[in-house]
Amino acid sequence: MNHDVTTGVQPVLATSAEGARDILPAMIACVPIAMLFGALAVGKGLSILEAGLMSILVFAGGAQFAALELWTYPVPVLALAFSTLLINARHVLMGASLASKVGDFSLPQRLAGAWVLTDEAWALAERRALHQRITPGYWFAVAAMLPAAWIGATFLGAWLGSFLGDPRRLGADFAFTALFIGLIAGLWRGRGTAITIAASAAAAALVYVWLGTPWHVLAGAFAGIAAAWCATPPERATS
Amino acid sequence: MTLDPTTLAAILAMAVVTYATRIAGFFVAGRLALRGRAKAAFDAIPPAVLVAVIAPTALTTGWPETAAAGVTILAAMRLPLLATVAIGVVTVVALRALA
Repeated sequence: MNHDVTTGVQPVLATSAEGARDILPAMIACVPIAMLFGALAVGKGLSILEAGLMSILVFAGGAQFAALELWTYPVPVLALAFSTLLINARHVLMGASLASKVGDFSLPQRLAGAWVLTDEAWALAERRALHQRITPGYWFAVAAMLPAAWIGATFLGAWLGSFLGDPRRLGADFAFTALFIGLIAGLWRGRGTAITIAASAAAAALVYVWLGTPWHVLAGAFAGIAAAWCATPPERATS
Repeated sequence: MTLDPTTLAAILAMAVVTYATRIAGFFVAGRLALRGRAKAAFDAIPPAVLVAVIAPTALTTGWPETAAAGVTILAAMRLPLLATVAIGVVTVVALRALA
């Protein structure tokens, strides 16, 4: 009988290997997306270094693609920061949910662990947390390998994109729209989502025609959020 | 390999904002239990922002873009992300050639 082996603390190496195995499909899937980001960034006028730097420092796909869509010269720094804040606000809820499951993490481990928080790593960690604790070994394997793939593929795509020329000729300018439609489909949660999308699309299109960019993002975001609020019945007072 | 100061400022602003959202949850945990309307509003933020970003291209550019967005929505309901993007791009190129 080897109870002491199975009930003891799992070696860091074994949990890390499990984390690496869990994240592998997401790593493979993110390579072409990151290459697309790099190529489109170069098409928008960013240098290879600037495109790569954004993937290193920001490392949040949805916000990065939204930034490219809003990108003009002179660069609208505040509009880009605001759009990034709105799109990444979901991280706050993800971090809050994880906080109670990473009790063993030291403060430096929390600060570093938060840096590599992504939708994919969060989802995998939550699944694992259903039946065991999240150790630093598991978290850093599951979360920190994705940035490596994302950053490397961004540089590769930006380098290849610099040979492509005008992205509009190949319809690549529409790749944002198509990508976002795919991402929105992944967020689908039924009727509430439909109401949010309809309100946001109508408000953003109208404000874009009347006032122009970047006000359409603010108007669409506000209209979509307000519509979701109104479509949800108010909570009854709990007894 | 150039690095424009304003572009760097934009990237740094985006990075600071993003890290703030990533770290905030680990420190406000327990005080953030959203329910009902507040939760619905918070959950609506990502789709509302993503739709707002693409609405000008999809709805105000011309009929080829609007029709291609419709085809892409159909593709997105059953296909993975990259196949959806490929179908959208091919469709818009074909429709622009007709326009």
